[in-house]
Amino acid sequence: MSRATTLAASDIGVQIAGREILRDVALTISPGELIAVAGPNGAGKSTLLRVLAGLTQPDTGSVRLGDMDVRTMDRRSLGRAIAYLPQDRTVHWPLKVRAVVALGRIPHGSGPQRGESDIDRATIQAALKQTDTEALADRSIGELSGGERARVLIARALAQDAGILIADEPAAGLDPAHALALFETFVAIAAQGRAVIVALHDLSLALRYCPRTLLLKDGEVAASGHARDVLTEPMIARVYGITATIAEIAGVPCVIPVSVRP
Amino acid sequence: MNAMRLAALLGCAALAAFLLSLFMGVDGFTLAGSAEARRVILLEVRLPRALLGFMVGGTLGLAGAVLQGYLRNPLAEPGILGISGGAALGAVIAIHSGVAQVVALALPLAGLMGAALATLALTVLAGRGTGSVTLILAGVAVSSLAAALTSLALNLAPNPFAASEMLYWLMGSLTDRSLTHVWLAAPLMAIGCLLLAATARDLDALSLGEAAAQNLGVDLTRLRWMVVSGTALAVGAATAVCGAISFVGLMVPHLLRPLTSGEPGQLLLPSFLGGATVVLLADVALRILSPMGDLRLGVLTALIGAPFFLWLVLSRRSELAP
Repeated sequence: MSRATTLAASDIGVQIAGREILRDVALTISPGELIAVAGPNGAGKSTLLRVLAGLTQPDTGSVRLGDMDVRTMDRRSLGRAIAYLPQDRTVHWPLKVRAVVALGRIPHGSGPQRGESDIDRATIQAALKQTDTEALADRSIGELSGGERARVLIARALAQDAGILIADEPAAGLDPAHALALFETFVAIAAQGRAVIVALHDLSLALRYCPRTLLLKDGEVAASGHARDVLTEPMIARVYGITATIAEIAGVPCVIPVSVRP
Repeated sequence: MNAMRLAALLGCAALAAFLLSLFMGVDGFTLAGSAEARRVILLEVRLPRALLGFMVGGTLGLAGAVLQGYLRNPLAEPGILGISGGAALGAVIAIHSGVAQVVALALPLAGLMGAALATLALTVLAGRGTGSVTLILAGVAVSSLAAALTSLALNLAPNPFAASEMLYWLMGSLTDRSLTHVWLAAPLMAIGCLLLAATARDLDALSLGEAAAQNLGVDLTRLRWMVVSGTALAVGAATAVCGAISFVGLMVPHLLRPLTSGEPGQLLLPSFLGGATVVLLADVALRILSPMGDLRLGVLTALIGAPFFLWLVLSRRSELAP
């Protein structure tokens, strides 16, 4: 297992085609943390995640992994340190599910050309098990439903065995059972001393599973802190423009959107 | 099928096709004439033809597989970047201007120059970005321009003889090439093929899209450089020497993909060997179908290729689009 290192982003600003996508965003993620990044569509969640993963270079500020600037890091070692799961779930060739998951081992020097070590095989197997996709292993990815495909791609990111997992809306399209199982997996991964950063829209999941939440609005941090302190009715009203009720049902905190505010 | 077994099988097929191309003539396997005449036929006529068939076929198969993987588009083929169009234009200009009749090797050298210019135009047009869509668009622009200029050269041909010579050259052929052609093209094709072959793992990662590939360690700028320069050297040299041999680069990767585990990188070596086999066998078939040598190789590969490709698409419609 790769050990997580602290990932610290400071002063992040990103402009794309003259439009300001992110401004002055700071976030530090320590090993063992599970952080939700929430906010309305277009708030800059995906861009922030891409910056944290070292895929988009910010115009201002920097991202540091331990004592290294991610900009100067070699791509392959970055791939061993940070696994990134994009929102785009396209797989371009009709690969078998197991082959898709095995692509996650590429930063570790394995791959279809190099063969697999025992560690590779064990990690791939564990990733399939964690996402409940073992039974799909020999199916072609093209035959799967959207939710099944999403789980396979999560397994790919898990197989990367990185200390930090950055996932962009991993729960979108999952049935309730697999969404809950996914967040239980994230909690378990964080308990192993890794860090998990998840962009999501389901605020109930954030409230229930993520000790920390970063709320973005128009490219700026609207609130950051413990989910219970961030996801309050007034804050949800301000950021999302909705009236919402937060209730505890069967011991589980829930955010219930009631109406769009005029 | 196991990757090693597939490669071994295709390697044997390519070797057999090479030997067949070397030893089979229009009159079968017998060689008439004096010892000297036999030596000339084998070493100066058939050997360059077989060597070029192997290299050009392999190059087209490999470049087709790499470009399909890189562009994540099953319709990509070696000509998509416009480099072979540039090489064809260069050769046609050499015929048009009459230089080809005066200077030996002017034709392939002009072809190489055309390929180099097309590559330059491609890199300028595609810019410094990393996306594959801009590269396709730039390639379409370059190949359309090259095709338009080639038409212009044909249109303004000084005499009907020159026009028909240009047309024949454009159809692609392995005949009447000497070992000098082989030595001219082989080093360029070898370097190009090595660059293309080195992209295998990056192409596998690219199955998941550009963002995930980057996360898996792919340097997209470097990858694009390798694909463009590898194609320029390998396909540019192949077209400069043999003209446009169509459909091989499109067809061979499709034919072999179902026999591999499906990752684009797994397809590279099989496509090289498969392309070599197909071109060598087509060239041998020409000697039976057209003993007078009036049927051109590129025409035959297109004639076999198009219906075959149609059948392939129809029979695998569901698998081709994931």
